[in-house]
Amino acid sequence: MRFLFKTSYEQDIALFKHSGQTFWYGLLMLLLLAAPLLMSEYWLAQLSFVLIYSIVGLGLMLLAGFTGQVSIGHAAFMGVGAYTQAVLTSAGWPFPLALAVATVLSAAVGVVVGTPALRVKGIYLGIATLAFGFIVEEVFARWESVTGGNAGMHVKAPEMFGWELDTAGEFYFLCLALCVAATLGVLNLLRSSTGRAFVAIRDSEISAQSMGINLAYYKGLSFALSAALAGVAGALYAHKMQFLSPEQFSLIQSIDLLLLVVVGGLGFVHGAFLGAIFLITMPQLIAIGKDFLPPAIGQAAGLQGVVYGVVLIAFVLFEPMGLYGRWLKIRTWFQLFPFYRKGMFRRQKSFTKSDRLK
Amino acid sequence: MSDAPLLRANDLQVRFGGVLAVNQVSFDVRRGEVFTLIGPNGAGKTTVFNLISRIYTPTAGTIDFNGQRLTDVAPHRVAQLGIARTFQNIELFEHATVLQNLLIGHHVHRRTGFWSELLFTASARRAEIEAREAAERVIEFLDLQHHRDAMVAGLPYGVRKVVELARALCTQPRLLLLDEPSSGLNVEETDDMAFWIQDIKEELEITVLMVEHDMTLVSRVSDRVLAMNQGETLAVGTPREVQSDPRVIEAYLGSAEDMSFLRRAEPFQRTRT
Repeated sequence: MRFLFKTSYEQDIALFKHSGQTFWYGLLMLLLLAAPLLMSEYWLAQLSFVLIYSIVGLGLMLLAGFTGQVSIGHAAFMGVGAYTQAVLTSAGWPFPLALAVATVLSAAVGVVVGTPALRVKGIYLGIATLAFGFIVEEVFARWESVTGGNAGMHVKAPEMFGWELDTAGEFYFLCLALCVAATLGVLNLLRSSTGRAFVAIRDSEISAQSMGINLAYYKGLSFALSAALAGVAGALYAHKMQFLSPEQFSLIQSIDLLLLVVVGGLGFVHGAFLGAIFLITMPQLIAIGKDFLPPAIGQAAGLQGVVYGVVLIAFVLFEPMGLYGRWLKIRTWFQLFPFYRKGMFRRQKSFTKSDRLK
Repeated sequence: MSDAPLLRANDLQVRFGGVLAVNQVSFDVRRGEVFTLIGPNGAGKTTVFNLISRIYTPTAGTIDFNGQRLTDVAPHRVAQLGIARTFQNIELFEHATVLQNLLIGHHVHRRTGFWSELLFTASARRAEIEAREAAERVIEFLDLQHHRDAMVAGLPYGVRKVVELARALCTQPRLLLLDEPSSGLNVEETDDMAFWIQDIKEELEITVLMVEHDMTLVSRVSDRVLAMNQGETLAVGTPREVQSDPRVIEAYLGSAEDMSFLRRAEPFQRTRT
């Protein structure tokens, strides 16, 4: 196992804590850059989807995993980004400008939706965001002059400065660049005072406030950032799908996103990526598994929904720390071999917390 | 150092529905002293704390801190003015390390904005190192080196109590509010706490206002004591004066008449062995 000898404070704020991390993340980056050479067009498209969902996942992780605010309407932010992008690019706007507007608009909507979070918490906030999701879906369906209603609308390939990104490879690099930028931004925030303020709000609002943290500002900021990332992902999603219709941003999509962060591991940045990989590969695995099942089950409608539900329940029951938590445990097992104990990751339950002031 | 009191509470009153939790309470906390609120459970001590940290707003009365009207200030601004507090039931950030908790304590001194943190510019990096140095001074002051990178959720109660004190010190306050610093601590830990409170007063020159039940600790560290009962002031003075005040004794033990039924008919014979 590796022992880190810390000799400067810089080491604690470095993105890569030791040479091993630099090596593995470097290798991952190289593989991602080489992906168009290594993969067929189909898998490259799937990888682009993983990157797109990672961006939304990062946003929702920031909100739910780090600030402790639940959102069951996150697909709506994605939808706002997607439709804004679609409408603006059809009007002839270049991709970067349309993306900027889509991001800012989503963030603004995020702030509005985040306002109830100042008053309500937990399940009630969930209900408020759920209602918002329904409203937005309804707006997409009814505002036919802009969104094309339930008939849907077509989206052009992204275009900037006379360069059209119409191949799968070009689009993949666009997704990769935005995903890396989003990840770096989130990591930077999490290692500075803004990120710590989010964590403080998640763990105890009352003492966060006594430490001088402005709850209204930071909750609003968290919603804005989360919605902005969802907006970016939505814009990419619009180009990727090349066709938008309201049901793509329904409650099911919001629940998929929630599934993504829970299965990935709430409170871990890595969780957003693992969750995105899970969400994209799961339908493929189910499709493969179908052939081996008796036709009565394999061909039944709603098989995917059942599998998702079972997986979610299994994770909540057996691995609340998600895929990333499982990975941490496996890694610790190997590092400490043969001294790993079963209860090492169990957290002491706290009965002292007071609810008097909430 | 001026002679004006650091904190002045004037005729405070708090009413929760029909309950008068605090009634006509006035006191001054002088610069550089340890001022303690004592009283039986439900006397309104913690309510006074929550008034000062602006969790509650008084129904009537005012609080002035360092010449500023505290009752007009937004709750999150109180820390910026130089008031830090701990909680009776420990309100730490459980799923963060001790170091992160202390750095959150340093939040009031942040000078970097959102954008420079998003890009982690050179100034954000410098600010982080500065915050870390400030936190490290507190770690050394309170001997928390061993627990620096430990998750709070896994720490024993006694250590958490110290971490909470450390987090409050990280805000570099002028006035420190300690809500029952010794509750749940064993004799040895209480002893350490008493030393630290004295050090905080003498070395760091921070004024301390605390709520405490342990009278040994109170008489050891406090300069002045205010006794409360049922939301009202009973007595103010040195620990010795307050402890011998008949009204205070009555509040804690009941009056002489109340106690009379407890007396034995015949005096109990004591034998020395």
